[in-house]
Amino acid sequence: MLNVIKIAARNLRRYQRRTILTSSLITLGVVAVLLFISTTGSFKNMMVGQITDSMIGHLQIHRKGYLASIDNLPLNRNLDQRQVAKVKEILSGLDAVESYSMRIKLGAMFSNFTETTNIRLNAVIPEQEVKTVPLLSERIIEGEKKDVLLQKGEILIPELIAKGMKVKVGDNVVIVANNKDGSVNGKTFVVNGVLEGISGPGGRDGVIHLDDAKELLRINGVEISEIAVRLKNKDDLPRIFSSLKDDLASFTNKEGNPVFEVHTWEKLSPFYNIAQMIDLMTFFIKIMLVAIVLVSIMNVMIMAVYERINEIGTIAAIGTLPGKIMALFVTEGFLLGVLGTAVGTVISLISIAAINAAKLTFDFGRQSNLVLAPTIGAEDVITIMLIVIGIAGAASLQPAFKAARMDPITALRHV
Amino acid sequence: MSLVTADHLEKTYRIGEISIKAIRDVNFTIEPASFVAFVGPSGSGKSTLLNMIGCLDPPTMGYLQVAGQDIANMDRKQAARFRGEHIGFVFQDFNLIPVLTVFENVEYPLLMVQNRPAQKRKKQVNNLLDAVGMGNQGDKYPSQISGGQKQRVAIARALVTNAKLVLADEPTANLDGKTANRIINLMKKMRDEFDTTFIFSTHDTKVMQSAEIIFTLEDGELLQRQNDNGGTHA
Repeated sequence: MLNVIKIAARNLRRYQRRTILTSSLITLGVVAVLLFISTTGSFKNMMVGQITDSMIGHLQIHRKGYLASIDNLPLNRNLDQRQVAKVKEILSGLDAVESYSMRIKLGAMFSNFTETTNIRLNAVIPEQEVKTVPLLSERIIEGEKKDVLLQKGEILIPELIAKGMKVKVGDNVVIVANNKDGSVNGKTFVVNGVLEGISGPGGRDGVIHLDDAKELLRINGVEISEIAVRLKNKDDLPRIFSSLKDDLASFTNKEGNPVFEVHTWEKLSPFYNIAQMIDLMTFFIKIMLVAIVLVSIMNVMIMAVYERINEIGTIAAIGTLPGKIMALFVTEGFLLGVLGTAVGTVISLISIAAINAAKLTFDFGRQSNLVLAPTIGAEDVITIMLIVIGIAGAASLQPAFKAARMDPITALRHV
Repeated sequence: MSLVTADHLEKTYRIGEISIKAIRDVNFTIEPASFVAFVGPSGSGKSTLLNMIGCLDPPTMGYLQVAGQDIANMDRKQAARFRGEHIGFVFQDFNLIPVLTVFENVEYPLLMVQNRPAQKRKKQVNNLLDAVGMGNQGDKYPSQISGGQKQRVAIARALVTNAKLVLADEPTANLDGKTANRIINLMKKMRDEFDTTFIFSTHDTKVMQSAEIIFTLEDGELLQRQNDNGGTHA
């Protein structure tokens, strides 16, 4: 085999200019794909990370029907004490669950004593919330980032309301809300911090303590709108989702309808569609790479066979078996693929390091100065390398087969 | 036992509706260690006959035995294996592989066809290169040596597998008269040294005089056989 590789490599060196041109084309394709995957993949992972780690969590459990009317933040579709206890019991039994956070979601009026506006609030137990969405505290752009997110009587307000209502950290504000029976109640809060708005549901909500919400809404027992769940490893999401769905489906009401509904972040965030688009684009870019490699290698190998017909006739006459003649040409295409891929991978990795060092920034939605930090996993690099090298070998098959099947006499007569 | 036996050999090519008889009812035998020339004008069937003896082209009719084997009905792979084991080729255009050195060109059949171990290959190749007077040129590429030297390398390549039979189609056609004579003498010397049968085709009268047995072909028919002692058979 080493001799086949040696002869193939020498033939590539023999047509140096053509080898350089073709491998450059493959290199270009590999660089384009790896840079695309690394930048879009990092962007996707960053956005997904922001969504799951600062707002939604990996999974959410609601009372059946809550999600359909989530825009109204209905208080009459909260989970009761018995239901919450059941969910807690199930979640405690799952090793893959890192933490979970109980939330009451409510709509309220926000007043700075001179002006009033509406606000959506998440009432949380700070310790649970910080564990479940650890990046939430990173979104505090004004105010002190403490170990504890907030105390009772404090509120984190979204950036838009802080700007629009000219409210600063330390100001007193009043939150007025209707409870599920229609009674109105108000409570004064101290602004503890301003939250950076991010794209997606819950990205512009304020945060208060769960006990304050219960006081505001005059809830005596336990009522919870949603339970956000964080997994130890997000790759376990499909498995845990399926397991939770099955476990919770066994709980039904008197009419026999399920009591709970469970959703992954993908169902809850519209960014999932963008993520899917990115995956689709990546797929098409890979197809383009395959086409580039296929056409260029095939073209070169067809030329190589045509130019070496007499040589093929000679080695066939000497007694070289058709399989070995085929191996010589397939190896040539394969080596061309290896050369282009190796150079392309090295250039891509250097480019990725350079982009990271340059700390390029971009804007997305209302978020600006996001740092472009492309990263690429060994798995992606190896996949692309295998695809390109595999296609290079495959593209050489037809010309190689033609060479192997060539009639020695006709080939020897060729001028 | 004869090395080559042809009995009522025929070769017909079909081009569309037209059939062309390239070889017509040819009969001959060639003994081991002979030095044989097929002569005749262009289109007389010399190359076709050599191709058939060389297992490159099967006969349309008749019996053809080479080195004790009926080669008329071999498939592609069998024919390639037979050529690799028993037959060496010397071509008019030398046909050395340009990306291989002189040494590697001679080594090629042992390496890529017969898969011989490195130690044996090296010894065999060096022996042959010395025998053809190219022992000190092994590192050169074909583009760095003359036409006569290329043909010497081609002869070494043909003999390196200890082939019983070497077929040379117009081996001197691209060489000047002096070099052509040297090549023919070299082939004779190799025949004496290795007991290999050399069969070559030529229409060069000077070259054909060097042959010990001459078969004359015309329009695909074997007209006569002439031995170097002057004996002629119709």
